[in-house]
Amino acid sequence: MRRVASAVLVLWGAVTVTFLALHLIPGSIVDAIIGQSRVTPEIRAQIIQDYSLDKPLWQQYLGYLGRLLHGDLGHSYNQGVAVSTALEQQAGSTFALLLGGVAFALVGSVVVAVATANRPRWIRGPAATAEVVSVAVPSFWLGILLLTVFSFRLHWFPAIGANGFNGLVLPSIALGLAPAAMLSQVLRQGLERVLEEPFIITARARGLRSAAVLLRHALRHAVLPVVTLTGWLVGAFVSGAVVIESVFSRQGLGHLTVGAISQRDFPLVAAIVLISALVYVVVNLAVDALYPLLDPRLRKAPEVVR
Amino acid sequence: MTALVDVANLDVRFGAVHAVRGISFRIEAGQSVAIVGESGSGKSVTARSLIGLAGRGSTVRADRLDIDGTDARRLPEGRWRRLRGRRVGFVLQDALVSLDPARTVGAEIGEALRTHGTVPRAEVDAKVLDLFRDVGVPQPELRAGQYPHQLSGGLRQRALIASAIAADPALLIADEPTTALDVTVQAQILQLLAHRRAAGTALLLISHDLAVVSTVADYVLVMKDGVFVEQGPTRQVLEDPSHPYTRQLLAAVPVAHARGTRLSPAVGGPVAQPRPETGPEIVLEAKNLIKAYGVITAVDDVSLQLRSGETLGIVGESGSGKTTTARLLLDLETADSGTVDVDGTIWSEIDAKSQRLLRRRIQVVYQDPLSSFDPRYPVHRIVAEPLAVAGVPRAERRARVVALLDQVGLSAQVLDRRPAQLSGGQRQRVAIARALAPEPRVIVCDEPVSALDVSIQAQVLDLLADLQAELGISYVFISHHLGVVYHVSDRVLVMKDGKVVESGDVEQIFHDPRHEYTKSLLAAVPTLKSTEVIR
Amino acid sequence: MRSRPGVVLSFVFLFVLALAAIWPHLFSATDPNAADIQSTLSPPSGQHWFGTDQNGRDIYARVVTGVRLSLLIGVTASALALIAGSAIGVLAAQGGRVLNTVVNRLLDIFLSIPGLLLVLLVIAVLGPGVRNSIIGLALVTTPGYARVVRGEVIRIRGAAYLEAAKALGWSRPQIVLRHLVPNALGPVLVLATIGIGAAISIGSSLSFLGLGPQAPTAEWGAMLSSSRDYFTVAWWPAIFPGLAITATVLAITVAGQFLQLRVEGRSQA
Repeated sequence: MRRVASAVLVLWGAVTVTFLALHLIPGSIVDAIIGQSRVTPEIRAQIIQDYSLDKPLWQQYLGYLGRLLHGDLGHSYNQGVAVSTALEQQAGSTFALLLGGVAFALVGSVVVAVATANRPRWIRGPAATAEVVSVAVPSFWLGILLLTVFSFRLHWFPAIGANGFNGLVLPSIALGLAPAAMLSQVLRQGLERVLEEPFIITARARGLRSAAVLLRHALRHAVLPVVTLTGWLVGAFVSGAVVIESVFSRQGLGHLTVGAISQRDFPLVAAIVLISALVYVVVNLAVDALYPLLDPRLRKAPEVVR
Repeated sequence: MTALVDVANLDVRFGAVHAVRGISFRIEAGQSVAIVGESGSGKSVTARSLIGLAGRGSTVRADRLDIDGTDARRLPEGRWRRLRGRRVGFVLQDALVSLDPARTVGAEIGEALRTHGTVPRAEVDAKVLDLFRDVGVPQPELRAGQYPHQLSGGLRQRALIASAIAADPALLIADEPTTALDVTVQAQILQLLAHRRAAGTALLLISHDLAVVSTVADYVLVMKDGVFVEQGPTRQVLEDPSHPYTRQLLAAVPVAHARGTRLSPAVGGPVAQPRPETGPEIVLEAKNLIKAYGVITAVDDVSLQLRSGETLGIVGESGSGKTTTARLLLDLETADSGTVDVDGTIWSEIDAKSQRLLRRRIQVVYQDPLSSFDPRYPVHRIVAEPLAVAGVPRAERRARVVALLDQVGLSAQVLDRRPAQLSGGQRQRVAIARALAPEPRVIVCDEPVSALDVSIQAQVLDLLADLQAELGISYVFISHHLGVVYHVSDRVLVMKDGKVVESGDVEQIFHDPRHEYTKSLLAAVPTLKSTEVIR
Repeated sequence: MRSRPGVVLSFVFLFVLALAAIWPHLFSATDPNAADIQSTLSPPSGQHWFGTDQNGRDIYARVVTGVRLSLLIGVTASALALIAGSAIGVLAAQGGRVLNTVVNRLLDIFLSIPGLLLVLLVIAVLGPGVRNSIIGLALVTTPGYARVVRGEVIRIRGAAYLEAAKALGWSRPQIVLRHLVPNALGPVLVLATIGIGAAISIGSSLSFLGLGPQAPTAEWGAMLSSSRDYFTVAWWPAIFPGLAITATVLAITVAGQFLQLRVEGRSQA
């Protein structure tokens, strides 16, 4: 319960930070809304009234929070639609990309780490090198490389602006490779540490198969730091998605965000921040809930029974 | 009938390290054999080679390596698995880390049964409960569903043994099975192993402790630097050791007749240890100390006095409050009530600056010296630190440090080494040198030799005694090891659950204990069969 | 460094980068902004090692010129974040329960907003440009440092050698200065080293999105961004700036990991 309360606190904080940031920008918001188009003073006054821009800042803030509590994300200044509508149109594509990236990272890292942990130098060494390099490659450049090779030269995958599963493959790899490499490093180190533990030797001395030792005993312990890291990487995934959408000219929240921030579209930016923070908070709540499942020592047990 | 284990010229290397150098031995069905040696002797590697788990990067060679009639040289992994657990059970030192912390102990034992299919799947759960009863675990239904960290040390070790004997192996290998346990629990586990033996299981015990194995083994192999230096029936090895190393090991064990003599080997038999006269002056006095953490009272009304040149032993099992008492004496922890008086000054009655000055009068030596050193410091900075505190000019420190190191038997060659590069005994000497630097009246030694091999232990105990004779320092000597406490102490406090249950002269406590707990502690001490220890 | 050619290579490369940042003319005499309409998008050759871009500018000269900017952004942002993060971390660790809780919640809030969004917000407030990129990058990386510093301080505070120092008679401030700070500093400096690489990487992605230093400044991310319009016809503008980023980040990471081993190894062997 305390965790949920602090999660709500975090969401509120994130919205507040966004509100402060966008209202700190010099210049009036109404000019940002009107943009390049010419309007009569009447329309200008109308806009100011519609968006309550004449009220003091704290009233705007409280008003926004009040509406938020009723589930109303407000009206986009620039898109001319409700924020929820704008999000609905774009969120699907971004979540598909995020899922693709996360799936690639998790599956890839587990496969690589399990296949290379405690193996001879000639297997382990190249894998470790590949990981260090993968972390260093910027995702947007990787995206460009993938596009050049697989779309323009080999024509295996659609090039730019494509949706659907085929269009998701390259962006997911570009987004997921660096996290995959980080996770794989952590998981392999974890596995190699665990495999030296006395309880592993005991399990083997019991006559257990290597595969059973690895999957039934070792993986569970080695995966703890991976879970922690995955929680931390949520932000990195969302950040990455913004850039990757730009590289692949995909529709999505990232695309929307860059535009919205430059146009000071507060309701839209706030909603996007809120969603990202929500994802972060939910994932980390899940991570917290996962720890005691993985390691019984972390359960709030009744005192040691003697 | 073939032997369970028949090894000829076994040789194990880890790269350039030659761990086991051509040893041969046999274990017959129902026999109980012990390999005794200090750390690095190769005893654990030998044991693990018998189940094909010598370790990563090892090369195992042998002229003969027959396990249960199978030639185990170049045995494929699949064949090894049929031996492991089924024909040879294996028990490691500390059950807390030798049982998977994420699984219930019932699941661990069941795993051994399922792996070998010795009982039908449907009967596994019932068999697990039977095994718990066999090893003397009460309430088996409750325990089977618990995790290792929820069990006491003794129950954990029993559960680990249950998992090793689940598939009814003909041989049980136990690598230091009682080292992590309190003395009373150790006695119970040894009894359990003796029961297995009586039931027909052959035993191979690996231990650093001659006394422990002498209670269970009928044949002893003494191992040093990868070879057996001596072997024979237990009685013969203990009573009439032929190899100097065995004699050295036996002499180094603090036993009754060794009290008042040096423990380290000397030419021409035991040498008397000079002891200082205990002075009339009281250098440390605690009155009615009480310290509670939440609902647990760690120290409950403890009073003690220490005179100059005297050693006060504090014995007790884990959780008895010994270490908390030490921390209160050192003012590293503040008592809820009661006072500590060091050399005529009471900690709580002086300001922080005077307290810092008073700290020079009472110093401390820990069980694990490594963690008490700043990891960035080489030896000379560690030993010089108290001098820096006292404001000794930098230029004069080095000479003092060299003199202090000399006093604890270390050469100036270690000055620039890091503690991690030193052996356990050398580290403890550095810690002692640091404690001596401010010229204290009292040194509190908290389990100072518990992590050391017996021959190193002997050297450190001799060193402490020499320093006492030379400098007239007083010691508070805390240990769970009754033999060590008997050897070093003039007077003894026996602690249990934060209370002092008995105190008095060392001879009276050990020969004429009045309290039931003291009696049970003494009864649980494993004794070298031939030479009476302590009583 | 025995038998670690990668480590040696990384340190050598970093040294070369430092030289290029200080004296770019040592490596390229060509004006990075000199457009040559005659030879736009010409492939790598003896004259233009890395080829030319859509304006006929020499890509090698632009990559060399970009070193200074990337290092400036990475190092300054990490240094700022290190200072701010350490201060916050120590405050949280030493400042009692209320302060610890407040700082933790604030860090949670900042960590919950994806880093790039936060930088974008900062740039929206302050406007695009090098200085504001640095401020934004420092702001988003500060919570990470604060967490690590706080963790280190708490870990070391429980160490036996601090208690041993107390038993020797040091005062509390002396213990903090002599033992706590130096021991906490090692891992944090290692983190900061590796953090330089991360800051360079994020910094270049800002430029890629068009929010970093403005044209015609030679910046690796910006060069990659403009290469996208031509990469069906010319691969080289898309390759060399990316290689430069990767190699730089890689060298910094390898060097940082080497330092990490040294710091950790001290307590072992």
